[in-house]
Amino acid sequence: MNFFGEAKALVKANIRDYGMYIALIFIMLTFTIMTNGLFMSSRNISNLLDSAGYIAVLAVGMTLVIVIRHIDLSVGFLAGFLGAIAAIFLTQMGVSVWITIPAILILGALIGLVNGVLIAKIGIPAFVATLAGMLIFRGALLQVTEKTGTIIIKDDQFNAIGNGFIPSIMQINGLHLLTLLVGLVGILLFVYNEISTRRNKMTYGFEVMSSGLFSAKLVLISAIIGYITWILAGYNGLSWTVIIMIIVVVIYHFLTTKTVLGRHIYAVGSNPEAAHLSGINVQKITYIVFGSMGMLAALSGILFTSRLQSATTTAGTLFELDAIAAAYVGGVSSAGGVGKVTGAVIGAIVMACLSSGMNLLGVGISYQYMIRGGVLAGAVIFDVMTRKQRA
Amino acid sequence: MSEYILEMNNISKEFPGVKALSNVNFKVKKGEIHCLVGENGAGKSTLMKVLSGVYPYGNYTGDIVYEGKVQQFNEISDSVKVGIGIIYQELALFPDLTVYENIFAGNEQKKGPFVDWNKTIVQATELLQKVKLRVTPETLIKELGVGKQQLVEIAKALSKDVNLLILDEPTAALNEDDSENLLVLLKELKEQGISCIMISHKLKEVINIADKVTVLRDGQTICTLDASEGEVSENVIIKNMVGRDIEDIYPKRPDKKIGETILELSDWTAYDSQLGRNVVKNVKLEVKKGEIIGIAGLMGSGRTELALSIFGNPKNYKIQGNMKMFGEKKVLKHTSEAIKAGIAYVTEDRKGDGLFLLQDIKSNVSAAHLKGISTKGILNLNEEVKVGTTYKDSLYIKASSLEQIVGKLSGGNQQKVSLGKWLFTGPKILILDEPTRGIDVGAKFEIYTIMNELINEGMSIIMISSELGEVLGMSDRVYVMAEGSVKGELTMEEATQETIMELATQ
Repeated sequence: MNFFGEAKALVKANIRDYGMYIALIFIMLTFTIMTNGLFMSSRNISNLLDSAGYIAVLAVGMTLVIVIRHIDLSVGFLAGFLGAIAAIFLTQMGVSVWITIPAILILGALIGLVNGVLIAKIGIPAFVATLAGMLIFRGALLQVTEKTGTIIIKDDQFNAIGNGFIPSIMQINGLHLLTLLVGLVGILLFVYNEISTRRNKMTYGFEVMSSGLFSAKLVLISAIIGYITWILAGYNGLSWTVIIMIIVVVIYHFLTTKTVLGRHIYAVGSNPEAAHLSGINVQKITYIVFGSMGMLAALSGILFTSRLQSATTTAGTLFELDAIAAAYVGGVSSAGGVGKVTGAVIGAIVMACLSSGMNLLGVGISYQYMIRGGVLAGAVIFDVMTRKQRA
Repeated sequence: MSEYILEMNNISKEFPGVKALSNVNFKVKKGEIHCLVGENGAGKSTLMKVLSGVYPYGNYTGDIVYEGKVQQFNEISDSVKVGIGIIYQELALFPDLTVYENIFAGNEQKKGPFVDWNKTIVQATELLQKVKLRVTPETLIKELGVGKQQLVEIAKALSKDVNLLILDEPTAALNEDDSENLLVLLKELKEQGISCIMISHKLKEVINIADKVTVLRDGQTICTLDASEGEVSENVIIKNMVGRDIEDIYPKRPDKKIGETILELSDWTAYDSQLGRNVVKNVKLEVKKGEIIGIAGLMGSGRTELALSIFGNPKNYKIQGNMKMFGEKKVLKHTSEAIKAGIAYVTEDRKGDGLFLLQDIKSNVSAAHLKGISTKGILNLNEEVKVGTTYKDSLYIKASSLEQIVGKLSGGNQQKVSLGKWLFTGPKILILDEPTRGIDVGAKFEIYTIMNELINEGMSIIMISSELGEVLGMSDRVYVMAEGSVKGELTMEEATQETIMELATQ
């Protein structure tokens, strides 16, 4: 097969995944042209990624929840509530950041676990159980912020999570050095990982991509990582939010694609009866997925609270729906068993790009909602159509 | 007008790859009870679906003459209009609605644009008297037992002025009293001039009630027996039901090496709390190393339930009795424990609860034994491909690659993937539930060959099957089940189609 034939076959086989990246690039290019390059400026991209962070981590957890055929509506206000608790820990109780953050994450996981038990053990539909949770946490958030109103946080370390950047060591031509180094390490790790995977496959005697296409893929993706790093290095460098986002994605990507637990999650999603008959503990998987969702909701709450440097009475409003939208744009299927965490993050970035780009263009908020709704519907329509073609 | 209310002439119906009915002739006289019997898959239900319009006109060939007129039913409502009422095996009632709402569901009594509930209730009361059901029309369906629900179904059919009532295994889920009541009612309806077609597996009932019996086998009419001529007897019916020549598609095993007992059940009873009855009753069974146990019986005889109760009890039956493996007492509380103990269960419904249809071949094969391709919870995806390839080759799975989505494979290949998944768990006892249902002869032969290879390697197989040929051709011993209990254990010298069918229809 020649180079282009193979590339075409590859794109065709992975049209759903690649379609999303192509859509993202298309959206970014459109906005860049319409804003005369302002959209792709270092400052805007940096802000955009930071604003996507707290939804992206929720979308990662939500993807797994939807993969096992459930839904979690409680995560928005849970994030708001736990953010407020974190603020209370830091300001009124004087607990250190290093204790507050793990404590909030554990609290989130425990609350998620309660959802899991209600759903898997007691048999309450996820929609209802988490709707109840949504009301409860909304009330709880009001309760803890009622007396004080907005709680302002003065802890610099905590606030850095949502606003700070990694130290630069030194600036070279106005570029952020450590960011460039991180980008370089990222590229090297990616290339090393790809090559060793390929070599490993070859020792097993399996078919691999032709070396031409393989090199093209390495160059293309390295160039994209490099370009994004270069853009970010032009402003303040990598923010802690982006670092956290990347860590979450890497961990969850590994978990879902390379571990027994990940397989079990997808098995439960694609056919719960068959999963049970295959010796998989469906209840336990449900606990784990909701526990992880709760923990990520806590992380989202920390990111958001830190970004605002304060806990407000309305924090977390509609986060859950943004996360669900991001997960669907990212290709998760409500029929269960299908969806990637990388897709969810891209979905969150697509939505953030739309908001950011339309803000730059001065599009009214009313139109923004309509356009975002249209994109969500369009993504799912594309998904359904490509799935039909394959089936 | 002719003496027949219904004549079905030369009915043929094909499904892709299978001829379900070929030139079936079936005639019902006015005011008679006509029973339709045959093995599972003989074509009884298909014939009734043709008659009631589930398969529309043009979907089959042949004529349906009803009350002297050739009929062309395009949908079920067309057959209802001329007075044909059908009651399916699975009741189609709404459990949370009242009796009167159910009787007139889809046939609401109206005054102008509104439902006239008073009229509805009055008419429902009359119909309940007609079927001798002593409950108020306001009772909710879910508060009634299955027997009474069956009567509501009949009342519902009568509400539409039926002349021909079709019942598909009406007594399958009923106890003896309820069955008896139902049969009495059918006889009374007959006095009122309503003809009736009844599909049944219980031959005693058939003999008790039928004026005529038509036997179907492999989609063909074998004979119609007349009770008034004294032609109807259990022996005659059974002989006609099973009289097929067994094709020689069963590969012989050269030498049998049957070893020690490895699985023993005694007083094994499983209670299904959702159905509220014992689905397995006092079963005693043993399996020896290197043998194939055939479990015969008709659908609903408790075979699958027995398998599930052994395989870690995924349906949460309340289980009494003892299970021993290799002489040691075992209590298996989850399918994962059963797999660990060396039991594998290849399900009857491979699409419903056997396979992950959206996933590819290799991840289906590894799904029940991910330990085998991982270390400390981390998968070795290359190892998975290797395992997948091994089973793809050794089980002759025909697919373009291991990445092929299982939902797109043919039935036979899906069955082999399912088999591969369970063989990868390294079982000592393999339970196969209807291993060759819906797959073609070539694939069947391959599966039988694989079974023999496994036996030679020292595995034991429990094979649940509705195909008598398969049971006789492959087993070393046969247990026959009916109504949840083992009605008999037969050696291969004793087992014939007739002896099995006799035990199964008890």
